[in-house]
Amino acid sequence: MKEILAAIWGYRHFIVSSIRNDLRSRFARSKLGALWMVLQPLAQVAIYALVLSRIMAAKLPGIDNRYAYVIYLMAGMIAWSLFAEVVTRSLTMFVDSGNLMKKMAFPRVCLPIIIGGSSLVNNLLLLATAVGVFLLIGHPPTLAMLWLPLLIGINLAFGLGLGLILGVLNVFVRDVAQVMTVVLQLLFWLTPVVYMPTIIPDRLRAILEFNPMMHMVVAFQNVLLYGRAPGMNGLIVLSVASTVLLLFALFLFRRAAPEMVDVL
Amino acid sequence: MNEPLLAVRELGKAFREYRSEWQRFAGWFGFRVSTKSESWVLRDISFSVAPRESIGIVGQNGAGKSTLLKLITGTLKGTTGTVAVNGRIAAILELGMGFSPDLSGRENVYHSAGLMGFSRQAIDDVISEIEAFAEIGGYFDEPARMYSTGMQMRVAFSVATAFRPEILIVDEALSVGDAYFQHKCFKRIREFREQGTSLLIVSHDANAVQSLCDRAILLDSGRLLKDGDPATVMDLYNALIAERENSKITIEQHAVGREQTVSGTGEATVESVSLLNGQGQPIELADVGQSVTLRVTVLACGDIPRLVLGYMIKDRLGQAVYGTNTHYTKQVLVDVKEGTRVQFDVAFDMNIGPGSYSISTALVSTETHLVNNYEWRDLALVFNVSNLSKITFVGQAWVPPAIEVFRL
Repeated sequence: MKEILAAIWGYRHFIVSSIRNDLRSRFARSKLGALWMVLQPLAQVAIYALVLSRIMAAKLPGIDNRYAYVIYLMAGMIAWSLFAEVVTRSLTMFVDSGNLMKKMAFPRVCLPIIIGGSSLVNNLLLLATAVGVFLLIGHPPTLAMLWLPLLIGINLAFGLGLGLILGVLNVFVRDVAQVMTVVLQLLFWLTPVVYMPTIIPDRLRAILEFNPMMHMVVAFQNVLLYGRAPGMNGLIVLSVASTVLLLFALFLFRRAAPEMVDVL
Repeated sequence: MNEPLLAVRELGKAFREYRSEWQRFAGWFGFRVSTKSESWVLRDISFSVAPRESIGIVGQNGAGKSTLLKLITGTLKGTTGTVAVNGRIAAILELGMGFSPDLSGRENVYHSAGLMGFSRQAIDDVISEIEAFAEIGGYFDEPARMYSTGMQMRVAFSVATAFRPEILIVDEALSVGDAYFQHKCFKRIREFREQGTSLLIVSHDANAVQSLCDRAILLDSGRLLKDGDPATVMDLYNALIAERENSKITIEQHAVGREQTVSGTGEATVESVSLLNGQGQPIELADVGQSVTLRVTVLACGDIPRLVLGYMIKDRLGQAVYGTNTHYTKQVLVDVKEGTRVQFDVAFDMNIGPGSYSISTALVSTETHLVNNYEWRDLALVFNVSNLSKITFVGQAWVPPAIEVFRL
């Protein structure tokens, strides 16, 4: 553990410059540049809002803003997009950087950190934009938003833990990445991002309880839409799940690291 | 400081395959699993490099050179054994790794130096030197996608050698663009060496290994075949690449202390080699410019459809001074029957500088020893050249001048 932290500290300049390059190269030579980072998730929100608002709007109790559903969607999207981005990119990070890993000796743990960092910057930009949009539609920020740093931290840890495990496995069994694209889509629909948990029959809702991302998304909705603290139960479940996943991921990563380059 | 800069102990590398990847995963959790197949690409490699010592690593393709270098730089982990490094290693093997086409040369310098573990501040101190060394002018601040391969190499080499490492790994065959820059690169490598950097050079070129290295290591099929002085190792390497089935290689201790390497399939053998003066008497010392005859007698131990004699004069370091063969002189012998003796008299003027020289002979069927190598004999003869009658000069060649001086 100590070595890993020392390696990260020693390569902090590389990590920072990689994150910067990652963000820049993604939008280099496009006219709108970094604007695309927030435009894409916003466009998705707009599409869902357009398609679903008529059906869903009536189901949001206790909120008298006519854009309540948009706020609900955005809160869920902020939580989901960070998780999904981290997992999707971690899945293939070792395979994608195979050439680099084969030829340069650097701490491999930098790769998930870079992905985490770049996704976090992305997510914070999206959050800032969302807050801006909320102001425009008459939904000022509340004190409950002070929970956000903790929530984002847990979300990131959860995504990184899961992503690192799957990323390591994917080096050896490439089917993992293929399967996971489908699983992630399924998980998205098993998470109340575009719908409310209340429209789900009770029997099925019990199953949803096992989805950690449900607790995550609900926590974000509580904070951003309802302006209240996230449920403690959910928060504890998430913290424990993230910690266990992350520790297991680091263990697996350390065991697998010497063999990874052999099969890349 | 007696501690070696680099110590490789019983290093081995095996690539393992499992019946199923699940078994590999189970292995991480401490379960005992049997592997389906293991292929060892390196085995029992031990050697050390003292500070300031430079080593050449030679071997045929697939001998394990790159794997060894990867184990030393740390990109691969050894299956057995250890690699201990006391200092920073820089490698100029894969230049331009991690370059991003959308970043400018300057930004790529910061990024790839970061990949080598340097901080921004450290790079700030040398960025102007890097820019000056690369000599790509205004392109340094243009995106790397506008670079030619040569320009990218220039920038990459400049970063890779911006800080003097304790160990520098160089692939001698590496192309770093045009001849001018190539010279500049090797100048920098030599400077590093003079300042105390140990070089690890991978090369197929005998001259480069002999002129840059204090020692050489020969790898063959994953094993360390020979660790010794560059000239001996290169001789063995040459013998090795000519090796055919049922050919044998012998190493005999030569009178002067160096080892003589004889290899080949043995259909013909050199019985005697001598250097004769104008009166036909054998000599060991020749004057610069003296007319001499190299007499080689050959015995055919089998029927040989085509026999070519090649010879090479090598200097003390084993570098070729002059060599040719009877294929080029259009004197190929055809249908030589078993038991025949052939005498070759090679007359020439000893137009080479003072020093100790050796002669290697080759009995082959074509102009190279790679088709049929009947016998290759290094250090077949050792002789000295002294300047007894000519004006004082230095160098390897006797190029008699006619100097005219005019006072204007």
